[in-house]
This record gives sequence, C-alpha cells and structure tokens, in this order.
Amino acid sequence: MAIGFSVNGKDVSVAAEPDTPLLWVLREDLALTGTKFGCGIAACGACSVHVDGELTRSCSVPVSEVAGKAVTTIEGLKGADGTLHAVQRAWIAAQVPQCGYCQSGQIMAAVALIERTGTPSNAQIDEAMTNICRCGTYPRIRSAILAATGSAAAAVTGEA
Amino acid sequence: MADNPNPNIEEFAATPAEAPAKKKGVKRRIFLAGSALLVGGGVFGLYWSDNSARSRAKSLTTGEGEHNFLSWMKIAEDDTVTLFSPHIDFGQGTHTALGQMLADELDADWSKLKVVQAPSDIAFANTALVQSFLGEMSGYPGVIGALPAAIVGMLSRSMNIQITGGSSAVRFTGQGGMRVIGAAVRLALIEEAANRLDVSASELTTADSKVTHAASGRSLRYGELAAGAAGRSLSSAPTLKSRKDYKLIGKPVVRLDIPSKVDGSAVYGIDFTLPDMRVATIAAAPVRGGKLQSVDEAPAMAVPGVEKVVKLDDAVVVVAKGYWQALKGLNALAPTFTNGGHSAMSTPAIYTAQDKLREAGKPDNTAGEGDVDAGFKAAGAKRVSADFRVPFLHHAMMEPFALTAHFKDGKLEMWGGLQDPISTRARAAKAAGLDMGDVIFNPMIMGGGFGRRFPDVVEIIDQVALVAKQVPYPVKLVWSREEEVRHGTYRPQSSARLEATLDAEGRITAWRNDYVQRDNAEGEVGFIYAIPATSRRHFAYTSNQIDGPWRSVNSTQHGFYNESFIDELAHAAGEDPYRFRRKHLPDGSRHQKVLDEVAQRSGWGTPLPEATGRGIAIVESFGTIVAEVIEATVNADGSPKVLKAWAVVDCGTTVNPLNAEAQIAGGIIMGLSATIGEAITLDKGAVTQSNFGDYPVLKLADAPPVIDVHFIESDAAMGGIGEPGVPPASAALANALFAATGKRIRTLPLLTQAKA
Repeated sequence: MAIGFSVNGKDVSVAAEPDTPLLWVLREDLALTGTKFGCGIAACGACSVHVDGELTRSCSVPVSEVAGKAVTTIEGLKGADGTLHAVQRAWIAAQVPQCGYCQSGQIMAAVALIERTGTPSNAQIDEAMTNICRCGTYPRIRSAILAATGSAAAAVTGEA
Repeated sequence: MADNPNPNIEEFAATPAEAPAKKKGVKRRIFLAGSALLVGGGVFGLYWSDNSARSRAKSLTTGEGEHNFLSWMKIAEDDTVTLFSPHIDFGQGTHTALGQMLADELDADWSKLKVVQAPSDIAFANTALVQSFLGEMSGYPGVIGALPAAIVGMLSRSMNIQITGGSSAVRFTGQGGMRVIGAAVRLALIEEAANRLDVSASELTTADSKVTHAASGRSLRYGELAAGAAGRSLSSAPTLKSRKDYKLIGKPVVRLDIPSKVDGSAVYGIDFTLPDMRVATIAAAPVRGGKLQSVDEAPAMAVPGVEKVVKLDDAVVVVAKGYWQALKGLNALAPTFTNGGHSAMSTPAIYTAQDKLREAGKPDNTAGEGDVDAGFKAAGAKRVSADFRVPFLHHAMMEPFALTAHFKDGKLEMWGGLQDPISTRARAAKAAGLDMGDVIFNPMIMGGGFGRRFPDVVEIIDQVALVAKQVPYPVKLVWSREEEVRHGTYRPQSSARLEATLDAEGRITAWRNDYVQRDNAEGEVGFIYAIPATSRRHFAYTSNQIDGPWRSVNSTQHGFYNESFIDELAHAAGEDPYRFRRKHLPDGSRHQKVLDEVAQRSGWGTPLPEATGRGIAIVESFGTIVAEVIEATVNADGSPKVLKAWAVVDCGTTVNPLNAEAQIAGGIIMGLSATIGEAITLDKGAVTQSNFGDYPVLKLADAPPVIDVHFIESDAAMGGIGEPGVPPASAALANALFAATGKRIRTLPLLTQAKA
C-alpha cells in the first residue's frame, strides 16, 4: 500500500506496511540516515523529526499517521542555498557533538523549542530538551541554544 | 564553560627541549621499530621486518601525485597532508589531536591537513601502542601501572591489533609517534629544499607547509618537495619542539568531524547500506550462558518481508527486507532457551556471595606497603570501617550495535564501528572458519563506545559472520536497544570493605581495601595518599556476566570507594574533607596543587543555602589527576539534585583544550548519571532492565548547567583525557549529599538509596 507525504519539501510515496514506524521509512526507504535509531520506544529522542512543525519521535509513529503531512528531518534544515540553520551553526560554534549520534535529534528538538518559544529560558530548555546524550554534551547543548537565540547568557566556548 | 576560557594556553612555562630519543641500534633510517616509545621522543610503530609490509601499506593508501612517508602519512603535490590514524574517533577528538601533533612538528598548514582512518591491515597495526603499554617489553616498567589490567590483557593477546582505548591515543601514538614522524619528515623536506636551492639546511625555515630561504626570498611548497623528500633517509631521533614553540599543540582547535555531525551527513555503522542488502535482528538467550533449545520458525516466516530465520548456538536471528519486518518477525517467535545453570544468579545473591568470599579471608592477590595489621592494633588508634557496593553498569552507547557483512567467493567483508579493526577481522575469521586474510573489515565512525566496542567482548562479530555465511546477499545485523541493554559486557558488580585507623593527631596510620570482583584491579586503585601502611586485597568473584571495560574501567568503583571512605575518615577525625585529604598528600605534589585549585575555584568552605552541600574527590587514572567538587541538594522526593560542578585537571600537556574540556565535562556527567540512577540487576541469571525506561541515563535537566573545567599545565608525562573525568564524580556527589543531609551513601545507585 502506497503512503504519500512530503519530506523536506519533496512529495514522496512509499510502499510500506502501514504500521512501519516513520523512522524506518526515512532511513531504509528514503535513505535519510541522519535520523537515528536509539531505543525504539520514544525514550531517547535520537529519531526526532518535525511532522507538520511538531517535534515527533519518529520511532513510535506509524508511517500511516503521517500520510498527507509534511516531515522535516535533519537533512532538511539547511536553507535552499545550502546554508546551515542558525541552530546548526551554533552547534558548530559551541563544538557540541562528541560521538555525534544523538545530535540530529538534539538539533531537531532545539529548533522546535526555539520556534515555539523564541528565546527559551533555562527552565524551558530543561523542560524541552529531554533527548539522551551519553557523551554528556548537555552544557554545550544549552550554551548553543542560548547562543542561537542571541541570549546574553550564551556561554560559547572559545574557538580557534 | 564561560568561566573557563581554556586558561593557561598562552602561559606555558618554558620547558627544556624534549629528551633525546633512544635509538636502540637503529641508525639514520627509521624502521619504525617499536623500541623506545614514550614521552620525550622515541620511535614509533611498526617494526618493518620486510619491505613487503611497507609497500603494502603504501599501495593501500597512496595514489598518483602522492608521496608516502613511513606509511602513516602522505603528502600530495597540492600540499595536502594526510595522516592515517590507527585509532578510531568516536567523539573523543583523537583524530584532531593526532593531526595537531603531526602538523605542529611538521610545520604543516592546518587547513590542508586531513586525518583518515588507517586501513584495518596489519601494515597499520598499532604495535606502538602495545609496546608502550607493556612495560616489560619496552623497558618502561612504570607504564604498566597506569593501565587497566583489563586492557593490558586484551593487548597482550596479540601484537597485531589496532586498539582504541585506555585513553592512549594521544599520549602514546601522538607523543611517541605522530610528533616524531612530523619532525623527521620536516627535516627531510628541509634537506630536499637545501639541495634544490643549493643552500645550507641551516639557512632554511619552515612554516605553513613551505620551506623558506629568507636570505634570497625563495621558498618551496611541501607538495613540490614531497617526491624528493620521500626518497631521503629520515632521522630516527629528530629533536621535537619545546612547549614554547608549539603552534597547534595546546591550542583550542575546532574538531574536524563536527560539521558532518550537525547536518546528518556523517555515516555511522548502522547507516551503512549496500545494494540488495537485507537487515537482521537477533534475540540471544536471556540468561548469559544459556543456549537456544528450540524455535518454530513459521510465525516469523509468515510476517511480510521476512526471508529467513537463522538459528545460532545461543540465539535466533530473523533476516528481512528491513529492520521493522525483522523485528516483527522476531517478536512473532517464541524461542526457548536454557538457563546455563545460572538460575540462582541474582543481584542480592551476588552481594551475599561476594561478602562470604571476602569474609573467608583468602585473597587472590595482595598488594600494598607496610604492616597494616600492626597499624590496626596500635594503642590509641581509632578504627573506622565501611562497606561499599556498586552495581553492574551498562555502556548505553547511543548507536546500538550494527554490523554489515557480505560473504562472497570465500571472502567475508564487513562494515561497522568497533574499537579495534584488526581484532575484529581475527574474531570474524575464527567464527566463520576462514583465514584472517579472507576477512576484510571497513571501520566506520561509532555512535559512542565507552569500552563496549572492543572486539574481545563483541559477540555481534561472530553473529553476523555466521549469518552472512548462510545467505547469498549482504546482511546488516542490528541489535535492538533491548538486546543491547540485556547483553552488555558491564562494569562489574563489585563490593569492598575499607578499614583504616587514625592516630590522635587525626592522621591515617593504616588503610585496607578488601574488594571483590572478577578482575584484579591493582594498578587502577589509584591510591595517592601518603599513608605508612596500606593493603589492597583482591577477592576474585565470577558471575555469569562478562565484565567489560566501562569508561575509566576499574577506576570508577575504586574512585568511589577510596574517595568516599577518606571523606568518612575526615569526619571521624573531625576535620574538613578538603584539608584532611590535603594533609595526606605530599607537600608540593601535583595532587596537592590540583586539590587546592579545585577548592579555590569552587569556593570551598564558603556558606551554602540550607540542605545544600559540597563534596570533593580526587582520583588519578590513566596518568591524569582530576579533582572534582560537586554542589548538590535533595529534591522533595528524596532524589539528588546536582547544582554545580568543578573539575581541575593535570594531564601534563593539554593537546586541544577545547576538546579536553568537553571530555572532562562529559566524563563527569557520565559518572553522575551512573551514580544517581544506573544499575543492571540480575534475576535468575537474566538482566532485569530492558531499555532507557528502566535504565535511566541522566538528561539535560538533571546535569549541572555549567561545569567549570580548569587545566593545570605541568611537565609531567602526558595523561589521558577521555576517561579520567569519570572516577571522582560518584564520590564527590555522595560526599556532597552527606554534607547536605548527614546521610552517608555506600551503595550505588543513589536512587535506590533514596527509595529505601
């Protein structure tokens, strides 16, 4: 059964079992491997994407539920001219990633937070950023979010 | 981090030039003999017993217009310098750091430097690392003491490995290898330029990948000189730069791999794909040591997309078009497994058995100095004793195991992320009944590792090799998170009784640590205090689990034991925990400086709000001294709340402060996470936990918002940076909670204590 939706602005149609989680359709049918598998139970957030602008853990959403909707993945954050999203740039400036595996999801969560709140407070960051990072990049994630929103409290580490 | 703008970078004390390298009979030409390897020079890497290995390395890496030097680096005619790293970078910044070390000595243009993974070929085996580690082989007996026995054991099994672990890449490969290679190649480039320009080498200078003759204003690019220089003899003992001349070492350099990790383009092992590839997933015997008894394949085969069910000795595998179909197929099965005779193995039973073993008083290994028993019996001595317990810990690397294999024409090719590519080939060859020469492994970047990806403890290599032999197409085997949690190779569940006596002046006179776990941890107990009599006794206990190296290996639990117990002794003596530690450290020692600095930065001794406490701890591991202070309180539900954290680090020289800071901060968070909530428990031999729901890894809101990390540059041998941040964290937090609540925590994790 073909299911149609859009990914990063392009219409797609996939022949997948309706209960297949969006995550596996993105990764295996559409070759968008920037969205990661971490736990399969929506606990870690490595698979975070946006569905119609809403932050969504794609490992726990059947692809049938996104029919007709617009999905944005980490690969779709760049501008049309290839420039990185402000949050991605802040991530590089703050040298956030270590192993990097969870960072697609972290960035998608941060973008959703900023789109929702404008300039998130520390308490809002605490509440919204529930993705797991085993490398422990949390202080730099926080500082990158603050920097991306122009907060004076941004604590970006030095750069070469 | 804002409070810590990488201090001291520009304030290096002038240091003497590096000690001359030891030649051990190797003359001008570097054969990269694995002789003297440690800090201060020496010769790196492989002993080229024949030219074929060398030409093999060259043919694997070097194309048209490129010129290879000593296998480990090449210079292209467009000036690009490429370094081949035997170590894998899984986020610890190794590749960037090794690149800095090579480029600094070479005077290479940083913007034209590339670091790539060395092929998983014996021509790139990291013999240097092994020899640096194995003191008796290299003539540096002191080194072995700085190493976890668990890692030495793995290393000693084979010279032909490419290991990443033990916080070793920078301090051994970088110091003993890449710097020497860079310096030697630079001299060859100068010689070549002197010849071409017909001037004396002493009139030439190097910078930004150019050799310049200032007097005549002429210069030649490295790319122009590479062909000629590659044919020249290389010095085996080039003089290395002294600290004041470093251009890249010690500077905050941005990591090379980060851009690909913010736009989703980095390809991890789990992302790898091939035409016609199938995806498989697995359920192994719930009880480690159990075997597959029976399984009816039909329910899985009825799931659309499922193509095959493979029975292994201790597991069942479902192969399908994609992961979801494979998982659905697996979930449709009802395999039965034996319990391996481990039905009595449970977490409480392990502690009971460990206590009995200790009480029986027959240690498997003893170490220490002085007469502890006499110290315990001394008149007027105050005796203190405490029992500690820590659970199995899961690595929880964010990328679950995934390995792709293709068996074709008698050869097995594999793709994935593991900490030692050559051992991966050896293990796969053994499992598949092939010659190692018929196994190819393509290493990929890893989504975390923390000790879980040493091939010695990675069963997925056997599993995928066996499955690949049964199917005509490439197959990627992916472990579910549940499989990952339940079949880990955990930090050991361990317990210890610590006992000590204090004299009338509040000085520790005797100290004993009786600890129970599988492996002897001597060399990792990291005991730093000057005490007249000390005793460490290891009681070997083996469960049905495989104890694996977990970030910082045995230093995690021993850091917790020692630094919790000395805190108890401070209180027993009625003294401040910082000052009590200080008076037991040698005056003027590096340890004392590190401790003083962390006390000063954290405002130790200044007033705190009600029910808030500070805890301090200091641990030396992997050649690096780290002191941490944690400020914490207790939430209404009794759970701990970390408010602030400070770390002061002496690792000798910091190669990349920007990255080192992240490693220490990340290590603290991992240590706090384990301390607060992590535990793998056993019931009837099987792991109780299954996923992040019941194995809680610390999240952003519970981590300290800012971690103040400060480095003290010293002239000591370079220490590791990936692991040493972890060990002090647990004791620092437990000590802080004691200061806040008066309740001493001796069993981890804290959350089970809070609920108890």
